[in-house]
Amino acid sequence: MIHSLFLINNAGDLFLEKHWKSVISRSVCDYFFEAREKAVEPDNVPPVIRTPHHYLINIYREKIFFVSVIQTEVPPLFVIEFLHRVAETFQDYFGECSESTIKDNVVIVYELLEEMLDNGFPLATESNILKELIRPPTILRSMVNTITGSSNVGETLPTGQLSTIPWRRAGVKYTNNEAYFDVVEEIDAILDKSGTTVFAEIQGVIDACVKLSGMPDLTLSFMNPRLLDDVSFHPCVRYKRWESERVISFVPPDGNFQLMSYHISAQNLVAIPVYVKQNISFFETGSSGRLDITVGPKQTMGKTVEGLVVTVHMPKVVLSANLNATQGTYNYDPVTKILVWDIGKLNPQKLPNLKGSLSLQSGAPKPEENPSLNIDLKIQQLAISGRLGSFISVGCDSLPAGPCDKALLLLTLF
Amino acid sequence: MLNHCFLCRNEDLKEMLESSKESLKLEAMKRIVGLIAKGKNASELFPAVVKNVASKNIELKKLVYVYLVRYAEEQQDLALLSISTFQRALKDPNQLIRASALRVLSSIRVPIIVPIMMLSIKEASTDLSPYVRKTAAHAIQKLYSLDPDQKEHLIEVIEKLLKDKSTLVAGSVVMAFEEVCPDRIDLIHKNYRKLCNLLVDVEEWGQVVIIHMLTRYARTQFVSPWREDAVFDENSEKAFYDSEEERRVDQSKPYIMDPDHRLLLRNTKPLLQSRNTAVVMAVSQLYWHLAPKHELSIITKSLVRLLRSHREVQYIVLQNIATMSIQRKGMFEPFMKSFYVRSTDATHIKTLKLEILTNLANEANISTILREFQTYVKSQDKAFAAATIQAIGRCATNISEVTDTCLNGLVLLLSNRDETVVAESVVVIKKLLQTQPSQHSDIIKHMAKLFDNITVSMARASILWLMGEYCEHVPKIAPDVLRKMAKTFTSEEDIVKLQTVNLAAKLYLTNSKQTKLLTQYILNLGKYDQSYDIRDRTRFIRQLIVPNEKSGALSKYARRILMAPKPAPVLQSAFKDRDRFQLGTLSHSLNSQANGYLELSDWPAVAPDQSVRIVEVVEPAGAPVFGKSKPGKSDEKFYSDSEEEEEEEEEGSSSEDSSTLACLSEENSDDSNKSSSSQSDSEKKKKTLKNKKLQQQKPDSKDSHDLALFLSQLHSFFLNQFLASSPVFVPETSRELLHRMTGKGLSAQYRFTRQPCIYGNSMVSLQLTLSNSSDQALENIHISEKSSTGRDIHRFNASERLEPQASVTVSMGVDFNDSTQAANFQLCTKEDEFSVSIQPAVGELLLPITMSEADFTKEQSKLVGMNESSATITMTPENVSSQSVNRKVVSVANLGVIPSSQENIHRFAGKTVSSGCLVLVSVALKDPDAVITINTENTVMASMLLRQFKTALTNSGP
Repeated sequence: MIHSLFLINNAGDLFLEKHWKSVISRSVCDYFFEAREKAVEPDNVPPVIRTPHHYLINIYREKIFFVSVIQTEVPPLFVIEFLHRVAETFQDYFGECSESTIKDNVVIVYELLEEMLDNGFPLATESNILKELIRPPTILRSMVNTITGSSNVGETLPTGQLSTIPWRRAGVKYTNNEAYFDVVEEIDAILDKSGTTVFAEIQGVIDACVKLSGMPDLTLSFMNPRLLDDVSFHPCVRYKRWESERVISFVPPDGNFQLMSYHISAQNLVAIPVYVKQNISFFETGSSGRLDITVGPKQTMGKTVEGLVVTVHMPKVVLSANLNATQGTYNYDPVTKILVWDIGKLNPQKLPNLKGSLSLQSGAPKPEENPSLNIDLKIQQLAISGRLGSFISVGCDSLPAGPCDKALLLLTLF
Repeated sequence: MLNHCFLCRNEDLKEMLESSKESLKLEAMKRIVGLIAKGKNASELFPAVVKNVASKNIELKKLVYVYLVRYAEEQQDLALLSISTFQRALKDPNQLIRASALRVLSSIRVPIIVPIMMLSIKEASTDLSPYVRKTAAHAIQKLYSLDPDQKEHLIEVIEKLLKDKSTLVAGSVVMAFEEVCPDRIDLIHKNYRKLCNLLVDVEEWGQVVIIHMLTRYARTQFVSPWREDAVFDENSEKAFYDSEEERRVDQSKPYIMDPDHRLLLRNTKPLLQSRNTAVVMAVSQLYWHLAPKHELSIITKSLVRLLRSHREVQYIVLQNIATMSIQRKGMFEPFMKSFYVRSTDATHIKTLKLEILTNLANEANISTILREFQTYVKSQDKAFAAATIQAIGRCATNISEVTDTCLNGLVLLLSNRDETVVAESVVVIKKLLQTQPSQHSDIIKHMAKLFDNITVSMARASILWLMGEYCEHVPKIAPDVLRKMAKTFTSEEDIVKLQTVNLAAKLYLTNSKQTKLLTQYILNLGKYDQSYDIRDRTRFIRQLIVPNEKSGALSKYARRILMAPKPAPVLQSAFKDRDRFQLGTLSHSLNSQANGYLELSDWPAVAPDQSVRIVEVVEPAGAPVFGKSKPGKSDEKFYSDSEEEEEEEEEGSSSEDSSTLACLSEENSDDSNKSSSSQSDSEKKKKTLKNKKLQQQKPDSKDSHDLALFLSQLHSFFLNQFLASSPVFVPETSRELLHRMTGKGLSAQYRFTRQPCIYGNSMVSLQLTLSNSSDQALENIHISEKSSTGRDIHRFNASERLEPQASVTVSMGVDFNDSTQAANFQLCTKEDEFSVSIQPAVGELLLPITMSEADFTKEQSKLVGMNESSATITMTPENVSSQSVNRKVVSVANLGVIPSSQENIHRFAGKTVSSGCLVLVSVALKDPDAVITINTENTVMASMLLRQFKTALTNSGP
């Protein structure tokens, strides 16, 4: 399966290599560099590259290319999914997955990679198990370790590894038993010039933070599960129970995890909370243009819209922008041609507006197409799918130390 | 200087490693691992590092392991020093240490230690800890790649580990199987059902491997479920069937899916909800390759869901959807909007989405798709815009209704400012025009006008080709274009030059008056061109079109050669033939066979033997367990959970029993919540069966209800759910077997005991009374060994000596094979042999069973049509009472009485002794008539029984 792994940064430096079978010379990465060159943008590098003797499957994440070397037939998604899991594990351990943190913690990275694959086949990928095998670094522990020479490595086999619930570690004990559930919903919508919805869907995830003692068995039920169009679960959820009763029944891992993700495609449910009035025009002569964008609230159900950011991918001919924002700050990057207007909180009384002129490359023909606008925003405490979120109930079937102290917390990000 | 520094540093590390302080050693190892990670060579530290292999500090030890695995191959001799440490660790009481020792030992790629590795793997494969067994499964692949000669031994280990019931081992051993012996499909048979049932509980990565393996397996073992659907594929259908009649005959045969095939589909379905994209893809490809076409739609949603995952995941999933959408548009059509291109998508994602949208286009949605395409053409990503134009071209050829619309749209694009867009449009228009040139001479004229402004060579070449091909439609313009080309010929690209020569030749043939000189000029230019291709072509064309004495016959045909009607190009998807590869594989993604790709075989025409997958043969419940174990004891055992007692029973009972119990004990110990929900049906069945077996003499139909659930699955277990009961009525009358006159003093009588036969499950038990009416003792009375008929007879023990006037009763068993044909055999004494025969009454070929009334009606409803025979009779008044009906029926046939809630309906149930067919009899009284109904699969028996019941119930008397 996975033969070797190379980590390569955006500048093309190979800064870590790990082999699970015989050593493969790093010159194999030349084929990758070639493809990287051809693709111009890092996003355009094909995920599967063929070389005369090997196959390279790579992912690009947090400005790092994870390039794995494969010698024989293997489902490509298997490798891709695993590489993403590696990146997530790094994030989990070091807070972020970047070149510098990996370089700083190279020993732990190596130990992790050693545990995660055996002979190229995934061995332990559950964070609960890995954390028992190799403890994540903390400032205090690394100080103690340097002084006493003790180690980060656990001495016993994690019990989860042996049971049929490998995701949970045994012997968990808390004085305060608590479980938090975050419902995060995203609307993914495309609007046309006039503001009518071309396509909209709700994509939701339920993140959980469960700190319960022993082996709790939880159930979570929805008032209206029929709304859920398509779901995917953490392995801890019992499929059969969901299929027969539409109840999510599970023994949770300890700590943070994503319980499920769901999808609601019912178009009529999706209420777009803001509207945008935009007018971007380029003049036929004089190599300049005009831009005018106003954002206003539409259907926010009385909640405040926060974290409002408008991003415009400008045509290549736009050299600079001279704009004036009534609220927030704007930034135009002439290299990537991206205009970012960070508005922040939306004030319904005084609508934010961005207005001004654009200067174009002289002599170049005017762009034939107006740029598209991306709008990101957040609304707290509101589930867009409405009926779904407000009826989540959590039951603890077998909790050794009394009921949950805090039942749940609802947060909707938009 | 640099080198020196590096050496210094290594010296420094060596010193640290040799110090007595653990912390210093650890620090040194950490630095060394840092060097390895950067790809720097640290091999010269090997001797210093290997000394620490037995360190107590676990982190230090692990880092040493990392180092060893990396460099052992280069320093084989020194690596051997560490082996004894691992061998010792393999015996450690801590399973983690055992496992990690095996991991490192098997990762050291030193050929000398192959025998040691083999031995350790064998040992570890029987380890008590499933984690160690898992490690052993991984080690198999490592050893195999180190020394392929060990294959045979390794297969033995794989075979053993495949039987392992732990979910932990399953994925790893299947991986080893795929690597070492993927062709040994026979190893899977016995484990197939277990793997299917364990699948939900196996870890994600194992699931992917197992699903891929099972897909291959199923393709070799089951018949195609696509028969009905195959009709739309007319071509292949016709090739198969010669005549219309044969075809009809074949299709009328209904397809019944193998229960094991269904089991696989059912157990993989929930995994579509997995968070792991590889698992979802694996299940999707399994459904694509194995499921009946109408069940395929369930995978669509899950695949579309994966499109919201990472960019790389999208890429692979879109490739697979592209292949699927060619064959089955309907699957993805409702989700068309999910394939709309976003401005932020990477180029390869955009192209794939475009491909899928084109595949999905049909008359109904084409207008929406074309509108969407119009936006894409304006995209700033020019490569993508060009691809869109290609896509429009494909839509136009595939859907004739929109050909004109598309063509007009493309013509509009000809005035686009962007050159690539125009060029691509020209190329596509050229292809489209080829299908219907006559109607579009104005488009050709328009393109000729544009010619001066187009600089992309491919587009120029396309226009020139169009001019030449359809020069008759544009007789005035074509020569003018040629004139222009003559001016610029030398500065054109090769491809344009070639087409110019072509155009000149064609014009020369059609309109030589105007173009003769121009053509000669161009041919002269071509003759001295730098490119040999163009020189060659020029020479060829000149010989062909200009008649001279040497050219001979060919020039006569020049017109027919050059102006031959050319078939229109077929615009088809790049994913057209990708389905020759299994979906979801690397080979599919690359569209070429990767190393180690395992071909997916075609469905077999006839399913191979299904019974190979049956794991244990469970005894029919009707069979008595006399003499095997004491009933009281087994009862007690079932209700207790303790391990020892179960083991005790294993000794006493047959092997089938022990395996059933093993399952049971596993279930009991497995307290995990998860397995209880996913517990396999078959395991439940076994459990209940066991339950039945142990309480069989106590009629209790409570459980038969949930049991009925599994009936449809496994027909062979069919009858075990109903309990054999003791006969209601045993007739006392005996019949004569041998008269004392013919028997020379020996007489024999037989009667049916109506008890289950102790000699065999399919035998009818008989009681024989032998008496001696002569005046001298008869010796050695026995049944001859050579039986005259094929009947299986269990003989009684020869009676040594029978005194005059004495008699003896013996019992024997005869397998009548559910027929009333007589069983013939020889009854022998010391001196004589007498041929005798026993003809059983049909009622004696049955054994009574009990069941609840509900079950009776349910079973009855299944045995209708051919399997039902009934008759109406007029009852004699004295027979009408329920008591007498019961008595009459049970005296004729050995049936059990079913308690009935209705006064006027009497029900009786039994099963045939040999084949165990259910026989259900009901007598409905409707004064003065009665309807006798018999439901059984054995129709011959039914009609005989019916006749006997009729006589019995219409006759008066006892």
